Amino acid sequence: MSALPSSGQPAKAIGRGRADKRLLQILGYVLLAVISLFCLIPFILVLSSSLTKESSIIEHGYQLFPTVASTEAYRLLFRYPEQMLKAYAVTIGVTVTGTAVGLFLTSMTAYALARKDFKWRNGFSFFFFFTTLFSGGLVPWYLMIVNYLHLKDTFLVLVLPLLLNVFYIIVMKSFMSGIPEAITESAKIDGAGDFRIYAQLILPLSKPALATIGLFIALAYWNDWYNAMLFVSNENLMPLQYYLYKTLGNMDGMRRAMIASGAAVNLQIPSESLKMAMTIVAIGPILLAYPFIQRYFVQGLTIGAVKG
Amino acid sequence: MYRSGFWGDLAKYRTLLLMLLPGVLFFVVFAYIPMAGVVMAFKQYTYEGGIFGSPWTGWSNFRFFFDSGSAWQVTRNTALYNVAFIVVNNLLQIVMAILLFEVAVKWFRKIFQTMLFLPYFISWVVVGAIAYNLLSYDYGTINVVLKALGIEPIDVYNTAAYWPALLVIVSAWKAVGYGSIMYLAAITGIDTEMYEAAEIDGANVFQRIVKITVPNLMPTVIILVLLAIGNIFRGDFGMFYNMVGNNGLLFASTDVIDTFVFRSLTGSNDIGMSSAAGFYQSVLGFVTILLANYAVRKYDKERALF
Repeated sequence: MSALPSSGQPAKAIGRGRADKRLLQILGYVLLAVISLFCLIPFILVLSSSLTKESSIIEHGYQLFPTVASTEAYRLLFRYPEQMLKAYAVTIGVTVTGTAVGLFLTSMTAYALARKDFKWRNGFSFFFFFTTLFSGGLVPWYLMIVNYLHLKDTFLVLVLPLLLNVFYIIVMKSFMSGIPEAITESAKIDGAGDFRIYAQLILPLSKPALATIGLFIALAYWNDWYNAMLFVSNENLMPLQYYLYKTLGNMDGMRRAMIASGAAVNLQIPSESLKMAMTIVAIGPILLAYPFIQRYFVQGLTIGAVKG
Repeated sequence: MYRSGFWGDLAKYRTLLLMLLPGVLFFVVFAYIPMAGVVMAFKQYTYEGGIFGSPWTGWSNFRFFFDSGSAWQVTRNTALYNVAFIVVNNLLQIVMAILLFEVAVKWFRKIFQTMLFLPYFISWVVVGAIAYNLLSYDYGTINVVLKALGIEPIDVYNTAAYWPALLVIVSAWKAVGYGSIMYLAAITGIDTEMYEAAEIDGANVFQRIVKITVPNLMPTVIILVLLAIGNIFRGDFGMFYNMVGNNGLLFASTDVIDTFVFRSLTGSNDIGMSSAAGFYQSVLGFVTILLANYAVRKYDKERALF
């Protein structure tokens, strides 16, 4: 295709171009603004609901602009924070452990699969990949964890099931395949073992992929409630999302926990504003980190799109 | 240096094999042994017998599942919801991606992208809380607005008919940022010379979008849609469970295979029927993903899964 203008018509074409460009810009901004606000407003609603006086919610319902603002829900949450802090500690512990171990195992597995001189790499790749095509379903998996590994109500059951994800191994592997083979070759000639090459040469070169995949893993752990719902009944092991889930379903558990940590026995809780305050507390750290971590996720998706 | 043959290779690759060991063990324990556990669908589970030692019962678990009347309902719901999600989500994401690409001011593009991507980052539990805030009969924001306008409030949590549309909206809401960023990356990869040439040839921006952007985006769309079709019998448990919960009033229009299996396992503790339903889903899923992959292969060999 030629990029040279053919003589005669440009003036008219550009003139027409401006009008339709302006139309597209207006259309684009309006549509994008509407959908973007749809994505954002629910969060603001939850925030303003959490800052509304309970009696105002009972009378008027949840509102974007509270009739009577109040911080009573937060004050109560932070006055008897024991259960909430426990849930935070569990979530942070699970997220940190899971992300560190998961990232290590993901990258180590991916490196072995990325080594072009490893004869069995295709066989092993298929071994991992096949698990995404066929699964035994929920029941055998559940029984394996409960009756054979006896992991019910343990810290490990919150970490193990999410530890490795085939998709992340594949993304990591294709990133590492892009690192020049000469690096591995020359290190081998210098007498370095495979693990040392991975740990000292390949890992530092894989920082962008490690950052992106690490954040994906961390987000999965932070947001996990499913494993807790299936395997945890001990209140000391409840992660944040599951605690929120329980709270939304039944405020009585939270009330009892608050009484246990010193509130009056006839404590009345502002249920409707408290549900929203608890939601804000559960997503707070993500919302705060969001502006800084967002670009890593965009990077990850872009790799995914290129790989198809 | 090493002997040839299998034992020689084993020695040569010992470090790499050791590095693979944790990953292999993980998938043996959490994927392959449970895969073999599908035999449970043909067994009467006993605690002492476990997965492999319990007595066989032939097809009776399946007969029970299919006679319950739920089999057809949950299969239909799973497939129909996924079809609706695929169509609506992809259309919305493509339109958003094209508009994001065309937006002239970079700074605005960043802001829009940031807002669109936000729902991706929260758990389905939080989505459930947001839905409650909007839809609760007594306090929900939507009903507050309806009442202010003098319209009867809607009782969403007790009316099955609202749910298909509602779940499609929720799915679109959560996925719009993720998908449009992926499509935006594909659009950014289109050769800019084509756009310049089109402009010089006098095409207006809409013609440019229809004649260049969309056709160039099609390969990516087709691949992603085919792969999504491969997963058409897998329901998004987190979404259905947190939106609907165990609200039996809504099951007719919201129960999918995954929620059904979960309920039979945890609610009625019917291990036999839930493994039969799970096995049925696994086989159905396996066949559709093979078909989808076959279709992708026909279309573009490079992009096939295997």
